[in-house]
Amino acid sequence: MGGTGHAVLAEGLRKRFGATEALAGFDLAVPEGTVCGLLGPNGAGKTTAVRVLTTLLRPDGGRAEVAGFDVVRQAARARHRIGLVGQHAALDEVLSGRQNLEMFGRLYHLGAAGARSRAGELLERFGLTGAAGRPVRLYSGGMRRRLDLAAGLILSPPVLFLDEPTTGLDPRGRTDVWEAVGSLVSGGTTVLLTTQYLEEADRLAGRICVVDAGRVIAEGSPSELKASIGADRVTVVVRREADLPAAAAIVARVAARGASPVAVDRDTRRISAPVTDPVAALTEVARALRDAGVQAEDIALRRPTLDEVFLRLTGREQAPGREPGGRDAARGAVA
Amino acid sequence: MSGTAPVAPAPPRTALGRLGWAVADGWTITRRDLSHWARRPAPVVVGLLFPVMTVLMFAYLLGGGITVPGGGDYREFLVPGMFAMTMVFGVETTFAAVAGDAAKGVTDRFRSLPMAASAVVTGRSAADMLASVLGLAVMVACGLAIGWRWHNGPAAALAAVGLLLLLRFALLWVGIYLGLVARGPEAVAAVQILVWPLGFVSNTFASPAAMPGWLGVIAEANPLSATVAAVRELFGNPGWDGASWAAQHAMTLAVVWPLALVAVFLPLAVRRHRDLGR
Repeated sequence: MGGTGHAVLAEGLRKRFGATEALAGFDLAVPEGTVCGLLGPNGAGKTTAVRVLTTLLRPDGGRAEVAGFDVVRQAARARHRIGLVGQHAALDEVLSGRQNLEMFGRLYHLGAAGARSRAGELLERFGLTGAAGRPVRLYSGGMRRRLDLAAGLILSPPVLFLDEPTTGLDPRGRTDVWEAVGSLVSGGTTVLLTTQYLEEADRLAGRICVVDAGRVIAEGSPSELKASIGADRVTVVVRREADLPAAAAIVARVAARGASPVAVDRDTRRISAPVTDPVAALTEVARALRDAGVQAEDIALRRPTLDEVFLRLTGREQAPGREPGGRDAARGAVA
Repeated sequence: MSGTAPVAPAPPRTALGRLGWAVADGWTITRRDLSHWARRPAPVVVGLLFPVMTVLMFAYLLGGGITVPGGGDYREFLVPGMFAMTMVFGVETTFAAVAGDAAKGVTDRFRSLPMAASAVVTGRSAADMLASVLGLAVMVACGLAIGWRWHNGPAAALAAVGLLLLLRFALLWVGIYLGLVARGPEAVAAVQILVWPLGFVSNTFASPAAMPGWLGVIAEANPLSATVAAVRELFGNPGWDGASWAAQHAMTLAVVWPLALVAVFLPLAVRRHRDLGR
């Protein structure tokens, strides 16, 4: 144990709730000091995975280690090394921010004086000193989440779990949380965060694991994942539907060098295809369309977004049973 | 500023050390409730005054219309019943606190901490029992103010207080169990409503003998009835002299019933708490 260099390691985790298989062979390896984003739709199994990894839930099968400790057999020791910030700010609404942190500090057995000084440090670090004496029920959503984050950091745990840390926050609150997480990571904390927001995963996580139906179906850096569904795409929207075949032929000819298929959407009169030399392709398509007398409403060059990666991987665009390419690439990178 | 991470002590290896942690953690949880009282006294004060108001209402508004068996004083008859009712209403406090913590994720946070697992429950029990002692003291003061007295000496009076707190302790486990099982605010309302029939289908305000047959049977079997009858006897206050087995053995039942409730609901609550991880 230990020495694997992995702060979080899960192998074949299974968990079933009645007829629902929440985790169906969930594998994960998060190297120490990195930020891993679990990205997936509601019900994909992200929260279940976090609950197993934070010792709150006993898996039906498989095994997991956090900071080198088995989450089932060495749960007590694992709990010393983790911080958990859940979906709902798990705070006492009646107590003040300071009282909350002191209470949790005492439950970490820091002693009364230790808990008090730690609470003071964290309040200052999260910009809550001014509100420290107010009851939490009067806090804004962003303040609550910051306090919640502070409570998860009382021990400066080497591994921090954030379950949808910015769900329900306004943009200001979201930025606050992102900045707080960013500063932690620069201090060497390993972070596993779940999110439905691609922007969040893109911004915070060095590696992203796309979760669907209780399994990790793809993983890699944001750019690897984007690359896995192809290069930049040229898109054309034609004015008349009758022009679609002609325009599709032109785009196909230009894109042929990339040897990739052309996507034609009749409803939106949109044609798109991946290209290898984007700028040259764009000018060539524009000239060829004009020469052919095809009127275009829009010609553009677009980078694939993580949204597309996400939809492509989780929305059943893939043939069933076929593994998307991102995973193998990432496996190599991890090992 | 970020480099000042405190070091938490490792879990104790000896049984004594673990007990020390369990006590310290339980006290931390109890203190949390005591801080609630200090920070938000209004609900506490309302909780203390509500039974006082009920006593005054019954004593001065309805009291004239009720005849007490044996021709005793109605207030002497009423007050011990209200003591027991106060204990029963305490179950709502326990239930709401446990259900609220579960719903807000506070229970999960506690479970993710390296604290003694028992502390959440023992801390809660201690806080609720303290609240009940306080509530009972207020009620005793109120009773004395309107003319209620105990007649069998301080030892019997203390025994009666002991029986009342035993009932509260038993209901504590019912409250914890229901709070862990409950889902959502509807459950809170349901428990608050169900406490009323438990309180009123008893010998607290009316004689079970005067109720429709089946209801009288339920009222006599009600654990609350046993405690009320036993407490009236110990205080030397007037009560209904039922001929039924339950009425004849009220003192025994006032001990056996709460112990039976604890025997059922304590293991259920512990198991439910453990099963949160299943």
